[in-house]
Amino acid sequence: MAEIHLANVGHSYEKKPASLDDYAVRPMEMVWEDGGAYALLGPSGCGKTTLLNIISGLLTPTQGRVLFDGQDVTHLPPEKRNIAQVFQFPVLYDTMTVFDNLAFPLRNRGVDESQVRRRVHEIAELLDLTRDLKRRASGLSADAKQKISLGRGLVRSDVAAILFDEPLTVIDPHMKWLLRSKLKEIHQQFKLTLIYVTHDQTEALTFADQVVVMHEGAVVQIGTPQELFEKPRHTFVGYFIGSPGMNLIPVRLEGDALVTDSTPIPVDPAAIQRLSGREKLTVGIRPEFLGYSPAPQPNGVPARIQRVENLGTFKIAVAQVGEQTVKAKIPEKQPISPGDGWLIFPPEQTLLYQNDEMV
Amino acid sequence: MEKTKNNRAWFLVLPVVISVSFSAIIPLMTVVNYSVQDIFGPGQRVWVGKEWYVDAVRDADLHAALLRNLLFSFEALLIEIPLGVFLALRMPAKGKWASLALVLIALPLLIPWNVVGTIWQIFGRADIGLGGYFLNSTLGIPYNYTLNARDAWYTILVMDIWHWTPLVALLAYAGLRAIPDAYYWAARIDAASNWAIFRFIQLPKLRGVLLIAVLLRFMDSFMIYTEPFVVTGGGPGNATTFLSIFLSKLAVGQFDLGPAAAFSLIYFLLIQVFSYIFFTTIRNIGRGDTA
Amino acid sequence: MTDRRRWTNALIMVLYFILLMLPIYWMLNMSFKTNEEILGTFSLWPRNPTLANYRTIFTDPAWYSGYINSITYTSMNTVMSVAIALPAAYAFSRYNFLGDNHLFFWLLTNRMAPAAVFLLPFFQLYQNIGLYDTHLAVALAHLLFNVPLSVWILEGFMSGVPKEIDETAAIDGYSFPRFFFRIFIPLIRSGIGVTAFFAFMFSWVELLLARTLTSVNAKPIAATMTRTVSASGMDWGLLAAAGVLTIIPGALVIYFVRNYIAKGFALGRV
Repeated sequence: MAEIHLANVGHSYEKKPASLDDYAVRPMEMVWEDGGAYALLGPSGCGKTTLLNIISGLLTPTQGRVLFDGQDVTHLPPEKRNIAQVFQFPVLYDTMTVFDNLAFPLRNRGVDESQVRRRVHEIAELLDLTRDLKRRASGLSADAKQKISLGRGLVRSDVAAILFDEPLTVIDPHMKWLLRSKLKEIHQQFKLTLIYVTHDQTEALTFADQVVVMHEGAVVQIGTPQELFEKPRHTFVGYFIGSPGMNLIPVRLEGDALVTDSTPIPVDPAAIQRLSGREKLTVGIRPEFLGYSPAPQPNGVPARIQRVENLGTFKIAVAQVGEQTVKAKIPEKQPISPGDGWLIFPPEQTLLYQNDEMV
Repeated sequence: MEKTKNNRAWFLVLPVVISVSFSAIIPLMTVVNYSVQDIFGPGQRVWVGKEWYVDAVRDADLHAALLRNLLFSFEALLIEIPLGVFLALRMPAKGKWASLALVLIALPLLIPWNVVGTIWQIFGRADIGLGGYFLNSTLGIPYNYTLNARDAWYTILVMDIWHWTPLVALLAYAGLRAIPDAYYWAARIDAASNWAIFRFIQLPKLRGVLLIAVLLRFMDSFMIYTEPFVVTGGGPGNATTFLSIFLSKLAVGQFDLGPAAAFSLIYFLLIQVFSYIFFTTIRNIGRGDTA
Repeated sequence: MTDRRRWTNALIMVLYFILLMLPIYWMLNMSFKTNEEILGTFSLWPRNPTLANYRTIFTDPAWYSGYINSITYTSMNTVMSVAIALPAAYAFSRYNFLGDNHLFFWLLTNRMAPAAVFLLPFFQLYQNIGLYDTHLAVALAHLLFNVPLSVWILEGFMSGVPKEIDETAAIDGYSFPRFFFRIFIPLIRSGIGVTAFFAFMFSWVELLLARTLTSVNAKPIAATMTRTVSASGMDWGLLAAAGVLTIIPGALVIYFVRNYIAKGFALGRV
């Protein structure tokens, strides 16, 4: 078991980073709680794999310290840390049998052979690999191979955390679901700390208790899937999570009101009070929270409905507010047709951002 | 990769078949034609049937040349393959040193074969060659590849190692660079030793390139001709008379085209059998699955 | 990798390269000497360096035309080998067809024909079709061993390109030739580089066929070198200078493809 503490950890591939832009992972303070299931979510190139490799010890960060349960492991090599890692493509020892693959990390650590046999059989049972134990690993399907990679981490009784680097990339869609539930099962059984890197929001949201969203080398928000959905603290989170993503409407402050191209947008006045400046203001609202009415309503904003896509259980209305295109998710039963109408912005769900940060 | 069955793929292969057949089949037929005749000169030939083939089975010189060549190929492969892999593991992986190492290591491969012979012919001479001079005058070891059979043999062997180990190293190097980093990472997390990494990751991943290296080296060393011909001319005595040298002495030197052709065909067949054995064995290593 | 290991490796490589370069250095050393110096005194470097040997080569058409001939047929052969091997390698990497494995092995066996005895048939063949003593004859003859090798190397690279790319291109309405030249070939660029290197290498260093199929007009440099014996004995200096010059084209080629090799390849069909 381990709590992983990243104390002011940052990493740059440049020799002498001149500005924050030179960092693959910007200096950060972060704690991964013992036994948590975390997803590390972000687009490719945002630094999530770099962060993962820092935790596993494959990379030594250019600054800061990595602490496992308060113990400094920054300069310990990966084999000396009690972590395991599963990679994007299944990594197998092709010439070995499944049994030998699973036994490899134990044998390398000089574990007693009877103990090895017991552990391998336990783990094989858990991962449904018992029937394949005597087979050569290279002939198996991609999902079985990925289970073996996972198994090589689980056999070690000292493992406290398992890191996953987009482990389902090469797995068939229907097997993805099975593997993911297997992971949840293992998490509940062993109470391991799991950190799961992905760029797929569905994977992240279904797998994790806590989702860590990264953007340009920095963590922009940590929260439960629900928090990320309802209160994105950064416009990137709003845009990246949800389908379609959050509507982001650039606005100006005119007097006490926020307007986009002379159309006022209703926002909680308390939020406007909290503004510290006037630059780069954005109003964000999820398409799910936007209402529609053919007639004027409180908190309504005049909009021109351009087209409506019926997606079965709901409809997506594409509308023009001022010069901005806005999408709204409308219940299937509610009648809506192209033309002039009103979009309703509920004050609790209409969020205000300054310099991309929530006010 | 799943491949689809498509016999029209033959159209794509056709240019290869035509271009290779042109230079392969017509000369081969001519050689078959020679092998059943006794040829005295242009237009003067007699049908002799299988006589030359029977001779080949009895010819002691041919057998000696064959054995000599087998031994030579065996020694060359035994040293060149491990040495090449050993070097490839130690070459820098990237950056300007890698470029320099690649260019340097490939140099011997890009020298025309008779020039390779010339280089070693000079290098080994006791009077004007650095190697020969060093052995004789500095170390006091009597060495003369033109008079001593053993010296000649080792000169050719060292030359072959010098000439061809780079090919193995180059192929192994390229194979090593194709191994994704994740394998090394996983091995580190699994606490694998350097030897285990070599044995269970690098060596299996090198199988493909090593198959090519072994086959190319076997084929080329089994028909080695130009280099020893320049250095020793097959001597002293018959010490370095490898198969090709023996055959060309027969065909060109004595104009015994018939026997030379028959012997070549047997020899050609032999190489094919050996290569086929290599090809299928190496291909099957690591393929065997209990399922 | 620890620092100690890195230094050990560097030391091993440096030692190996010294041994590797010694014979070449010796030839270079001799090429700057006069024959009198070569035969008269033993020295590790030229005492009276002279460019006379090189001057002879660059001014005598019998010498420098040999270079031009060698480069001409080697380049022709390299281009032809790659061009012919490309579609075949594609077929081997993508399709199963009648006799494919046998064909593949047969192609490889052509490297094994003992040249010494096949020389006369080759000579007769190329004389009969009127190509004797042309660059084309040598380029064609070298296809015998370069095409199979090229197919083998290219096939390995092509197998690394997922088949989905072919299918996507077909769905996007690319015709096969357009797909092949616009999409596929750029994807296996490094494979073509590596193949061209090996084709160039084996054609450049081969002498037996090249010498047999030429007499004057297409005579390779390596063949010219075998005739440096004059009335006064071997002309060692000239021989060494010519040898040094034969290394240069190859060194240039490897320099251009070094990055492709450094990228790595595993080669399939095993």
